[in-house]
Amino acid sequence: MPTVDHYLVLSGLLFCIGAFGLLTRRNAIGVLMSIELMFNSANINFISFSKFLTPQALTGQAFAVFVITIAAAEAAVGLAIVVLMYRNFDVVDVDYIDFMRW
Amino acid sequence: MIEHSYIIALLPLVSYVLIVFFFSKRDKVASGIAITAVLISFVLSVFALFETLADKGPHIIRFEWIVIPGFSLPLSIYFDPLTSVMLLVVTIVSSCVHIYSLGYMHGDPRFPRFFSFLSLFTFSMLGLVLSGSFVGTYIFWELVGLTSYLLIGFWFEKSSASNAGKKAFITTKTGDLGFLLGLLVMYFFAHTLDYQTFYSLVENNQISAGVLTAIGILLFMGAVGKSAQFPLHVWLPDAMEGPTPVSALIHAATMVAAGVYLTARIMSIIVVSHTAAMTIAYIGAFTAFMAASIALVQNDIKRVLAYSTISQLGYMMLALGVGGYVSGTFHLMTHAFFKALLFLGAGSVIHAVHTNDINEMGGLQKKMPITAITFYIASLSISGIFPLSGFWSKDEIFGAVMREGHYFLLIVAVLVAGMTSFYMFRLCFLTFTGKPRDQHKYDHSHESPKNMTYPLMVLAFLSIFAGWVGIPWLHKGYSSFVFFEHPHHESPVIWLMIISTIVALSGIYLAYLMYYKRSIDPVKVGERFKPIYTFLLNKWYFDELYMGTVIKFVYWFMEVLYRFDVGIIDWFVNFVGRFGLFNSRLWQTFDVYIIDGAVNGAGYLTRWISGGLRKIQTGQVQNYAFVIFLGVVLLILFRVM
Amino acid sequence: MGLAVFYILAAVILVSALFVVTLRNIFHSALMLIVCFFGVAGLYASLNADFLAAVQVLIYVGAVTILIIFAVMVTHQLSGKKIRQYNDQPVPAGLIIISLFLLFVVSLSKTGFEVVKSISSSPTVEGIGKALMTSYVLPFEVVSIVLLVALIGAIVIARKD
Repeated sequence: MPTVDHYLVLSGLLFCIGAFGLLTRRNAIGVLMSIELMFNSANINFISFSKFLTPQALTGQAFAVFVITIAAAEAAVGLAIVVLMYRNFDVVDVDYIDFMRW
Repeated sequence: MIEHSYIIALLPLVSYVLIVFFFSKRDKVASGIAITAVLISFVLSVFALFETLADKGPHIIRFEWIVIPGFSLPLSIYFDPLTSVMLLVVTIVSSCVHIYSLGYMHGDPRFPRFFSFLSLFTFSMLGLVLSGSFVGTYIFWELVGLTSYLLIGFWFEKSSASNAGKKAFITTKTGDLGFLLGLLVMYFFAHTLDYQTFYSLVENNQISAGVLTAIGILLFMGAVGKSAQFPLHVWLPDAMEGPTPVSALIHAATMVAAGVYLTARIMSIIVVSHTAAMTIAYIGAFTAFMAASIALVQNDIKRVLAYSTISQLGYMMLALGVGGYVSGTFHLMTHAFFKALLFLGAGSVIHAVHTNDINEMGGLQKKMPITAITFYIASLSISGIFPLSGFWSKDEIFGAVMREGHYFLLIVAVLVAGMTSFYMFRLCFLTFTGKPRDQHKYDHSHESPKNMTYPLMVLAFLSIFAGWVGIPWLHKGYSSFVFFEHPHHESPVIWLMIISTIVALSGIYLAYLMYYKRSIDPVKVGERFKPIYTFLLNKWYFDELYMGTVIKFVYWFMEVLYRFDVGIIDWFVNFVGRFGLFNSRLWQTFDVYIIDGAVNGAGYLTRWISGGLRKIQTGQVQNYAFVIFLGVVLLILFRVM
Repeated sequence: MGLAVFYILAAVILVSALFVVTLRNIFHSALMLIVCFFGVAGLYASLNADFLAAVQVLIYVGAVTILIIFAVMVTHQLSGKKIRQYNDQPVPAGLIIISLFLLFVVSLSKTGFEVVKSISSSPTVEGIGKALMTSYVLPFEVVSIVLLVALIGAIVIARKD
């Protein structure tokens, strides 16, 4: 049977992959997908802790529900921004949007 | 009335304020207000006199003026018989002059201003008389001097008038310096400036005689300036440049009497300090003689009267100096009336013939009978002819001088009396009798309007009868009303009266011979005594003397001070300025290169550093995210390690 | 047996996740994301979280991914060799990520978890429902508001005006 450490290492790897995507992808939609990966890694953590540390309370699972909700909201707003960005600039590259620089 | 006697003084002030602020363009309203105010003051003064007759006082009313912890400067009213007599004299003469001015100043472009000044003067003079402390006296004293200056220079377009104003102001100011010093000495030694407190201190011998002498002489210096005594008499003849009513009111009847009044107020010092008393008496006698001698030969009608005034004031000082409180103040009162009358009469003549020179007059009594008759009355009065008021007062003075045993002074006084009657009747004969010497002016002359002649008649009446209150046979007369410490009822000295009458009559007779009958030719007399004549005509060369000494010294001193200023002060100031300039140049260099350099350098440095640092702000969100992750890594690193 | 299932699922998740972040074609990335999400759902199921596994499939696979695919379609960002898919910082990002992972492992190795004997109690729907309606009713309501706000916000942002 896999232990809690297995799950945590898996979630860590998934988080790092997502973070790498977040830091490197130019496409805004790609960035958003990377963020979804990171959300998932967090959820894996919640659920594995729920299973292994507090099996009766279901606290982790309840919070995973909230995380999923927030992720959905984030995806909706993020994609709306992407659409707006595309409409205004005809690109969806995040490094193009650097008007806040010096 | 006495408790509210300040109203008497305040009414003319109200009039002054009203005229200055509201009616400065309205001739009739302005004169109406001024005359009404002074008449009401006169009526109130009469009431006050009756109250004083019932209760001699002194009544003292105090007001707090300046109160500082440890020091207070109260003003007060000191109301005794002398005050009430002075109030009456001032208001009567002032009323007459006000009314007279209606005619005399008619058509003057600054008519309302003239009346406002008259009101201000009346206020100041009444305040001076009422004041019960030397502080108040000093304040009103200066106010009186100011008004005098304003009125002498009333026709300031004439340079002689404005110069005369300045001369009067500066000369009297010299005396006032003594007054002020006297007050300071008084406060230093007696710690009071209040009349009554001071008197009681003197009575109880709490002030040493030396200090009293100093105070007395210093205060008398003020009186010398104001009452035109030798050596500060030079301003009064020049003050005749002012309008004639002003001369009558200020420079004959009232203001110049202020010095006499002040001297009377320090009678308690004179009684104690023999030195002060003799100083006053001898200065008075000398002034009387000197002024009378000058008056003998003057040709300007007003100047003759001016010197006559100086001479009469000298009489009063003489009387006060020998301790004749009653006679001095009595003569002050009678003199006020007949001298005012003389001046107003002279004004009437000048108004008619438009000249001051008696050589251009003559025979005017046919043309202006009222003026002539009243002028004769006044001349008889001042000459001391029985039974006019001047006789009684002059006789009182002779009596006082004789009783104190100053026979030399008595001889001088009698001699001056003879000179007085001579120059007065010389004036009368030359003006009103004989053939007109300037036919053109004679033809155009005319009697003055009623508002000028009525005051003359009132004053003529007073010139005859005012002295009767002091007839020595009268048991409840002047001397039992106005007196110092105790009423003395002196028995009349018949032989002195006879001598003085003879001397006066002989003076008149001499004048009659020389200027009416022409049996003695005045020109020949003048040529025979040429040096004396010239000396007198030039007024003893006092003006030249002062010009040559005091003024020259002042100019020399000014020159020295000027050179000192230019040579040393200016040099030093310029040096300091140059040094400051050099120094500031130095500092400017320092500022530009070091301070500014530092400031600008800091600016440049900041810009240079931030120019590099701002590149961090790439605007790339992923760069920022990278930094966040770097931070996270570092945080965990710190936590784990 | 359980360990084998775990490794298989882990391999699916990690490989598909790597594809998500590395594929040049964004559309392909989205497809790989679906695979990844399915893997995670399987993992949930193996962890006794049957309700969450269902929710994962419904919301992530059914809604979010579809939304992303829509967005990809709408923006029709063409993939291809010409378009650079990465910015200038893959190397430093890679380094920092690796160090981050190493630190995870280090800190994990230093942390001891008190593992409780698990009682298998599926289905978990009733438990989660009760928890949401009792202990977590306030966060539940707040998160509803957040969803509403996000909904309105998305509409406002993306609307043509």
